[in-house]
Amino acid sequence: MTPLLSVQGITKHYGAHIGCADVSFDLYPGEVMGIVGESGSGKSTLLNCMAGHLAPDAGRVVFDTRKPSEGDAADHENHGPRDTVTMSEPERRMLSRTDWAFVHQHARDGLRMGVSAGGNVGERLMAVGARNYASIRDQATDWLGRVEIDAGRIDDRPTTFSGGMQQRLQIARNLVTGPRLVFMDEPTGGLDVSVQARLLDLLRGLVRDMGLSAIIVTHDLAVVRLLADRIMVMKSGRVVESGLTDQVLDDPQHAYSQLLVSSVLQV
Amino acid sequence: MTDQAYNFAYLDEQTKRMIRRAILKGVAIPGYQVPFASREMPMPYGWGTGGVQVSAAVLTPDDTLKVIDQGADDTTNAVSIRSFFERTAGVATTTATRAATVIQTRHRIPEEPLTEGQILVYQVPIPEPLRFLEPRESETRKMHSLEEYGLMHVKLYEDISRHGHIATSYAYPVKVEGRYVMDPSPIPKFDNPKLSGTPAIQLFGAGREQRIYALPPYTQAVSLDFDDHPFTPSKADHPCGLCAATESYLDEVITDDQGGRMFVCSDTDYCTARQAAGHKGKDAA
Repeated sequence: MTPLLSVQGITKHYGAHIGCADVSFDLYPGEVMGIVGESGSGKSTLLNCMAGHLAPDAGRVVFDTRKPSEGDAADHENHGPRDTVTMSEPERRMLSRTDWAFVHQHARDGLRMGVSAGGNVGERLMAVGARNYASIRDQATDWLGRVEIDAGRIDDRPTTFSGGMQQRLQIARNLVTGPRLVFMDEPTGGLDVSVQARLLDLLRGLVRDMGLSAIIVTHDLAVVRLLADRIMVMKSGRVVESGLTDQVLDDPQHAYSQLLVSSVLQV
Repeated sequence: MTDQAYNFAYLDEQTKRMIRRAILKGVAIPGYQVPFASREMPMPYGWGTGGVQVSAAVLTPDDTLKVIDQGADDTTNAVSIRSFFERTAGVATTTATRAATVIQTRHRIPEEPLTEGQILVYQVPIPEPLRFLEPRESETRKMHSLEEYGLMHVKLYEDISRHGHIATSYAYPVKVEGRYVMDPSPIPKFDNPKLSGTPAIQLFGAGREQRIYALPPYTQAVSLDFDDHPFTPSKADHPCGLCAATESYLDEVITDDQGGRMFVCSDTDYCTARQAAGHKGKDAA
């Protein structure tokens, strides 16, 4: 089976400091990978390198690109596993609005705050060429329903939404084009626990229903316990331990993983 | 009488050369915004400094210049720019669209169809159509270069969701030859169809923003729209009160504080020519 995403030796330095060093892993279709670690451990740097927001100093990010459908203007020869780091920028940006999605920690970074909820969801559709207002609006309504936002709020701006709703809107906006790989940077950060629980429930449903692959960066072990199939523990820019989620969380081997697991407060 | 203290058409020859280069590049890549080193002009920004520089660069002593502001030849902006070129270039001026070889315009395209050999120069306040959608200039430039224009439709989507129809009525974005999305300057969308396939050269100058762009003759410019909400050029649904024209773009003029009003052609040259030909509207004296 071809991995959907194969990360090979990603390294990023900030001057003399290490952002992340020599990270490699494979992600298979339908799999959810969690990346955990403390602040400054290089989780976000790694995520941004994979998503094409940062250029890594070394390494390859090989993505199994989709075969273009018949009659599509895209290049018909160049599909299958391709290195997105050396890919041309137009192609990479095309990927990032079709097959990829990126959920930011702060919904404000991922939404257009001056544009209505419907416009936010419709933007990716219009970016890939949808030109029928009624069908764009139908899809937007459908997606607002899926993320449990009342369809009556479709013309309201995200500024009038609560934090949890903004985060759900951001998810709808990202998933509307049916991506195959979702990058999430602390998707539940900054939300209170009951809202977090609903969001996690929603995410888990969407990931399972759509058969998405996802990479979730978080410092919250409960999030990876619920969502991730496998996890990687990072410390000072390096992966110190990786494996099945339950295995790593229930029987941590590395000293830092043990510290991380034991630091979780029990209520 | 030309004021001998100035070079022909006010700008020095090197500056005109630089502007002509930008114009040539703009004509070669229709709809692409070419940066140029805009000069200080003896008028405030927003009064047509870009248009004046473009006009100065294309004027020759044999040209006949017409300047219009919102369609009118006799408003402040038009009068001052016309007298500016009368003084610094000594070119002939006219108010007749047909007689002019260079027409500098603000916010309108003349009603009378333009012909080959004419140059229409637009004054542009904001050349970037994506400006209020994406604040980063570095990003909008990248969007132009990669042809990522989905955002432009988000604006139209917002219009329809809020007003039930595309409420953008001026500076309506067009796609030039299937490539660049261009802001046609704040002309009413009624004028948009006239942008496309015109025999005249259309040049756009933005002084403060330091950009020049162009539509060469017979260039296709398609107004953006949705399949189920097609572009419609709109105008006030009245005949002109002075010349009874039904096909021209109209200004609404308030005549008293009792709700009295009249609709008159915004293109004064077109209106006076029709009146001279014997057409008479209901409000004509």
